[in-house]
Amino acid sequence: MEARAGSDRDLREDRTGGLPAWLLGLVPLLLILAAIGSFVMLGGPGLGERRGPPAEELAVEKTSLRPGTIELTLRNDGPDAVSVAQAQVNDAFVQFAGAEQPIGRLESANVRLQQPWIEGEAYEVALITSSGGTITHAIDVAVETPATDLSFFGLMALLGIYVGVIPVALGMLWLPWIRRIPPAWLRGVMALTVGLLAFLAIDATLEGLELAGAGSQAFGGAALVLIGAVVAFLALTGVSGWLGQRRRAARDAGASGGHLALLVAVGIGLHNLGEGVAIGAAYSAGALALGAFLVVGFALHNTTEGLAIVAPIAHLRPSLGRLALLGVIAGAPAVLGAWIGAAAFNSSLAAFLFGFGAGAIVQVIVQLAPSLRDGEGRTLHPVAVTGLLTGMALMFATGLLVSV
Amino acid sequence: MPQLSRRRLLAASVPAIGGAAAALHSAVPHRHPWNGAEAQAAAPEHAGHTTHSDGGHASFRDGRTVDDRANGFDAHTILRDFDWGRSTRLPNGRVLREWELFAVDKEIEVAPGVKFAAWTYNGRIPGPTLRCREGDRLRITFVNGSAHPHTIHFHGIHPAEMDGVPGLGDGEIPPGGRTVYEFDALPAGLHLYHCHVRPLAEHIAKGLYGAFIVDPKDAREDADEMVMVMNGFDTNFDRTNEVYAANTIGFAYMDKPIVAKRGELVRVYLVNVLEYDLINSFHLHGNLFDYFPTGTGKTPSELTDTVMLCQGQRGILEWRFPNLGKYMFHAHQSEFTELGWQGFFEVVD
Repeated sequence: MEARAGSDRDLREDRTGGLPAWLLGLVPLLLILAAIGSFVMLGGPGLGERRGPPAEELAVEKTSLRPGTIELTLRNDGPDAVSVAQAQVNDAFVQFAGAEQPIGRLESANVRLQQPWIEGEAYEVALITSSGGTITHAIDVAVETPATDLSFFGLMALLGIYVGVIPVALGMLWLPWIRRIPPAWLRGVMALTVGLLAFLAIDATLEGLELAGAGSQAFGGAALVLIGAVVAFLALTGVSGWLGQRRRAARDAGASGGHLALLVAVGIGLHNLGEGVAIGAAYSAGALALGAFLVVGFALHNTTEGLAIVAPIAHLRPSLGRLALLGVIAGAPAVLGAWIGAAAFNSSLAAFLFGFGAGAIVQVIVQLAPSLRDGEGRTLHPVAVTGLLTGMALMFATGLLVSV
Repeated sequence: MPQLSRRRLLAASVPAIGGAAAALHSAVPHRHPWNGAEAQAAAPEHAGHTTHSDGGHASFRDGRTVDDRANGFDAHTILRDFDWGRSTRLPNGRVLREWELFAVDKEIEVAPGVKFAAWTYNGRIPGPTLRCREGDRLRITFVNGSAHPHTIHFHGIHPAEMDGVPGLGDGEIPPGGRTVYEFDALPAGLHLYHCHVRPLAEHIAKGLYGAFIVDPKDAREDADEMVMVMNGFDTNFDRTNEVYAANTIGFAYMDKPIVAKRGELVRVYLVNVLEYDLINSFHLHGNLFDYFPTGTGKTPSELTDTVMLCQGQRGILEWRFPNLGKYMFHAHQSEFTELGWQGFFEVVD
């Protein structure tokens, strides 16, 4: 054996002339860099000048309205630099500050237009570029953007608690009932949970795709949703595998219910993060009528999420503190989301977050699926199918109530 | 309950979200360059003009102006620039007046910082204001230095083959080609000329037009004469204009008013060539003027302060300023006004 290994090494060294492996790995990299460098230095030999005029694209990432001003945050998501030369609002030239220099690819700039806008009216902003092209942006309903001060963050936190934390906590109150129902029924409740989650995954994906389509395409648009989903799925799979290992090491194999509950809570929490972003963004834009109706709607909608968390731990006796922690993990991200959405909204980020939430939920579904199996090992038995459909129907119906 | 749709609301709200950056921006004390004097200091390359645009009116960014030198013409020069051509006497005693007009493609700064790939006569928009007397023999040599076929089509009375339209006379003049348009100056009045090659709207909107004045045999009363060719530019090719003006440069007479003398007769030769909009208009503040449609009659049709013209319509305006001070003039389509077509007369002694 030793002799053979030795001859293998000899053979290898013969082929490589005795060079160390790391150097062999580095050589192609250096060659690639040298080739790219000289290609750029020579200005792309043989390709000639670019054809046609520059392609000017600017996406409006954010609009803030304050008395007398309209501020736009622009991002160049086209291939060429864009110079904003003049600005018009509703077919009249206006004074503005910002974007003095050309905006390079993927760069961002703010323009602050002086416009005595009237609340409730619609405006169209046209930015005229140095080549005479126009970047237009519609403000469908002008409403003052709330000042992001402490009381505003307080309000957003309250909103997050109303729509995230409290409903989830209420839903978890089903735990005593779940404990007493027969195993077949419990499987039905688990299926219901999977149904709820499936609906949320679909909803979050669609939401994310819509956001991605509306915003700047510079960072990938719809691809961000899918990337977010894959990242969340893989990350949660990794975390779940790691948790499982630790449990086995601690001889706590029977506690997989707690493990599942945590995963469900994390998945729902990530979804509520996206939901919070949507609510905060809508409120900030004046597009959200706060009121009892909204809160009641969300309470019904998200209460079912609480049920989903406690279903896997029906046979356990978790401490009150642990239950509270699960509730916070699932509900509190709505507060964080509302802050992000209201203060630093970015459609690319929001699309990614929605995708992230969807991926997390899919991972949770994969984890929950085995718990649906009946005595004969079937997953899609009549009770489970009924539960799945009921779960989706529940989400659909309560979703109609909230419609943020 | 309001019927709110999450998707609809989100779609509407996504671009309209406030930002912490904005809050920071307004929280930190700072000055903006558009506030008065700093603007001049902040934009030294645009400091050529003395009067900063009044904050109460629409204007280009920070009151900046276009680079007249790079454009090769200035709205203020064009205003009182009348080209009488080269005149000689024919054996029969008539005056022969000759011009050479050449078409050239040229990039024009139509608003500060906004370049437009224009087509011009003699490198300017509007083209030279051709001026002659009723009965003169006119000979206009046209050289096409543009990359596209063009013509010169004159309004007025002339033989069909001198009409400057495709298929008649020399028809379209190809790039590098030349032709001579020759006809009698008839009738007295205010006319215009423009290219008449298909697609017509594009050939006109890109800048191929100018005023053509035929003075009556018995000359008009001496006056401070000006020509205003009302035009606009569709810089993004969506068949609506992004900027409007008299003599090409929006706000040019706002930034620097036209100086007029109290009591002196003012005569404005007003031509509308505006493409893509059905009508255009001229409105004068604080005064009324006599209006001579097409300038062909001796009696004014109306004493008014507002006239409306469709494309190709033109007329002569005459009045005297009885008072000192600044008087606005502009299109009375407010949209055109705030998109550049407005200015001031400044009346002095």
